Amino acid sequence: MNSVEGLLTQIRGLSSTASDVLSLQNVLKQADESLHAESTRLLPFLDQLDPSKHSLGYLYFLEACTAGPVTTESASSFVLIIARFISSCVAEQIRLAPDKFISVCKRFKDQVLSLEEPLRGVAPMLTAVRKLQSSTEHLTTLHPEFLLLCLLAKCYKTGLSILEEDIFEVDQPRDLYLYCYYGGMICIGQKCFRKALELLHNVVTAPMSTINAIAVEAYKKYILVSLIHHGQLSTSLPKYASGVAQRNLKSLCLSYMELANSYNNGKIADLETYVQANMEKFGSDNNLGLVKQVVSSIYKRNIQRLTQTYLTLSLQDIANTVQLNSPKEAEMHVLQMIQDGEIYATINQKDGMVRFLEDPELYKTCEMIEHIDLSILRLMTLSKKLTAMDELISCDPLYLGKAGRERQRFDFDDFDSVPQRFNI
Amino acid sequence: MDGEDDAPKSLMEEMYANGIEGVDDAPSSSTSTTIRKNRPIISGEQLDIEAYAALYSGRTKIMRLIFLADHCDNSGMQLEALRMAYDELKKGENTQLFREVVQKIDGRLGPNYSMDATWCAMVDRKADQRKDKLESELNAYRTNLIKESIRMGYNDFGDFYYAHGALGDAFKSYVRTRDYCTTSKHIIQMCLSAILVSIEMGQFAHVTSYVSKAEQTPEALDPPTIAKLRCAAGLAHLEAKKYKLAARKFLEVGPELGNSYSEVIAPQDVATYGGLCALASFDRTELKNKVIDNINFRNFLELVPEVRELINDFYSSHYASCLEYLGNLKSNLMLDIHIHDHVETLYDQIRSKALIQYTHPFVSVDMRMMADAFKTSVAGLEKELESLITDNQIQARIDSHNKILYARHADQRNATFQRVLQTGNEFDWDVRAMLLRANLLKHEYNLRASRKI
Repeated sequence: MNSVEGLLTQIRGLSSTASDVLSLQNVLKQADESLHAESTRLLPFLDQLDPSKHSLGYLYFLEACTAGPVTTESASSFVLIIARFISSCVAEQIRLAPDKFISVCKRFKDQVLSLEEPLRGVAPMLTAVRKLQSSTEHLTTLHPEFLLLCLLAKCYKTGLSILEEDIFEVDQPRDLYLYCYYGGMICIGQKCFRKALELLHNVVTAPMSTINAIAVEAYKKYILVSLIHHGQLSTSLPKYASGVAQRNLKSLCLSYMELANSYNNGKIADLETYVQANMEKFGSDNNLGLVKQVVSSIYKRNIQRLTQTYLTLSLQDIANTVQLNSPKEAEMHVLQMIQDGEIYATINQKDGMVRFLEDPELYKTCEMIEHIDLSILRLMTLSKKLTAMDELISCDPLYLGKAGRERQRFDFDDFDSVPQRFNI
Repeated sequence: MDGEDDAPKSLMEEMYANGIEGVDDAPSSSTSTTIRKNRPIISGEQLDIEAYAALYSGRTKIMRLIFLADHCDNSGMQLEALRMAYDELKKGENTQLFREVVQKIDGRLGPNYSMDATWCAMVDRKADQRKDKLESELNAYRTNLIKESIRMGYNDFGDFYYAHGALGDAFKSYVRTRDYCTTSKHIIQMCLSAILVSIEMGQFAHVTSYVSKAEQTPEALDPPTIAKLRCAAGLAHLEAKKYKLAARKFLEVGPELGNSYSEVIAPQDVATYGGLCALASFDRTELKNKVIDNINFRNFLELVPEVRELINDFYSSHYASCLEYLGNLKSNLMLDIHIHDHVETLYDQIRSKALIQYTHPFVSVDMRMMADAFKTSVAGLEKELESLITDNQIQARIDSHNKILYARHADQRNATFQRVLQTGNEFDWDVRAMLLRANLLKHEYNLRASRKI
């Protein structure tokens, strides 16, 4: 008890300036063991600390408190405490002990889930993410946890706001895989298929040394979303995908590849029979909704092809060409597509004719010019970033050592010994 | 040579009236001795087998007759062909083919045309004797190392095998003479023999290589030989489905060919193959320059006036009569040994070209009038046009309600904007993904490096 009291006074004393906080951190690290030993009795001491001023100390105490198993009653109280802590803590102090913070938030998530109220965790987790990141381009371990909560709570819009930002720095590859996978699912839920495709593509082509389940599941969804959005699936992964992925992914998702093949053949009846036959398989992967969307997208694709060939076409002809059952169904499909903005057409019900129009976008408005201008600026910034990274790597000693060892030698001079290590 | 309308009609009628004009009669400018050769043999009427067979000599005559017998429906024509094949075979030494033909005849032509076992046995015995003699002679020449005699020895072997139907051995023997050829004339002779055997065997890859080999010795090439080589090259391209190249080769064949290449091809064939391939693959300017204005080729076209007429009709946009001539020729063309595989493809290509050419000059086309001009139904025409539009061969849109075809010219400005925006998006995506992957790799590398250290 005394040590705890002593620790409390030290925390209160040393939490004002940055240097003090650093020395406090050393003290806390040494005291960590003893804190953990007393975990069950630490709860009342938390009230003596102020999370907004003594964040680091509070964090250590909190982490020790939640280390042990948690019952449902204490879970709800813990949830409240942690939520309050997250919203009031100071970001700089938190960043001194990121793993502690991460483990606290993970336990928070577990407790929220055990209470079956994921919605309570969404907002605090968002704040936690923002406080932990060093910049908006930084991906932390908390990102996927946050997205998981959004998915379970079905508030996709909040998840989307995080996904809007570009990520360039990653702590752990596993975080990235999970983040992209969950992010893809959120985008699918919001019907932003383009962004979903992008995120899933990142998982599938990420460098990995062994195949992992996240990549496999991501690839299955990737196939389905690619069919919905593009109407086709490129059969081979791009060259920069890792070797393991290129070799193994396809064989692990065979039924999905079959689906893609029968989609490409264009025969709707075959596609539907195939889907019927493999219902349970798709269902067990929780992809049934997506598969149904794939089937309806094949009608859309056929109708879109018709816009290229015809100016006007009767509903009966549309129904026949696209293999629908009746002109009424054709009318429904065309109407839906006009509302979704996928084709431009007018339906003349008197004659039963559809008139296909050209894309009315003339590219003459101010908004369009602004859009193009902004895109140009954005791309220029990206280019600069790319060149900067390239220069950085060219100066990297590890890279130079490796490149120097493996370069081709055409001349006697090339055989000069290349420094294996730069000792600067 | 322009078979245009004579009587002045009103402009509108002329545009629609794509009806059939009278089929031209055969040119009557032939002397009595050559009258049979100049009468149109490949025409819309039923094939005159005797006249057809008289165009060819040697093995190809027999093969063509057998092919005819296999592929025609008319049993009268079949028996006629087989009878002529039998007679021809009796004059030669090929017992293998003889047995085949007898089997096909199956006794239907009476006792004169049944299996003549004694003849077969005699021919085989003579063949063995001759073969032994040739072998001993060749061995003698080889020990004496007289190049010219060795070459002639192998040549004789080649001829012997060819006469007996052992085509593979014949080819090998002819090719062996290459090492003993001393003058360019010898080389030409070897190439021509090799080409002949390859065509009979159906191995047209060899044909192309030997034609190019022969063409590399220009000193010994006289005009008939050049014409023969071009015919052979044309046949090879035809088999390889390279119709444009085949047409070009056939069109370059000069009139010196005459009947000198009757072991392979007749001048009528040159005209037919060349004309059809040109029609299917050339554009308008090439068609005019190389076919219609080509004086040399005109001589060949005189031999098949129907082909001449249909080319002229196509060029002057009388599509209905052009397609009708094609339809008439089809049954006879299907009996020809080289072109029967390609008739369907060529016809489809010619028809598509006709459709495209019809719609090309107009901004809008009434599909009913077009269907009349092509003698099909509007629904059928709509289907054909739809497939052509999907293949991007016609730039147009169909107004299915009023049955009008509207030409559509792509809006370049919009298309450019769309492409620009799309490229920008793709660049954005690619670079971001690249930076992310680079970061991951660096992380992994650092991890590995820190573990090593």
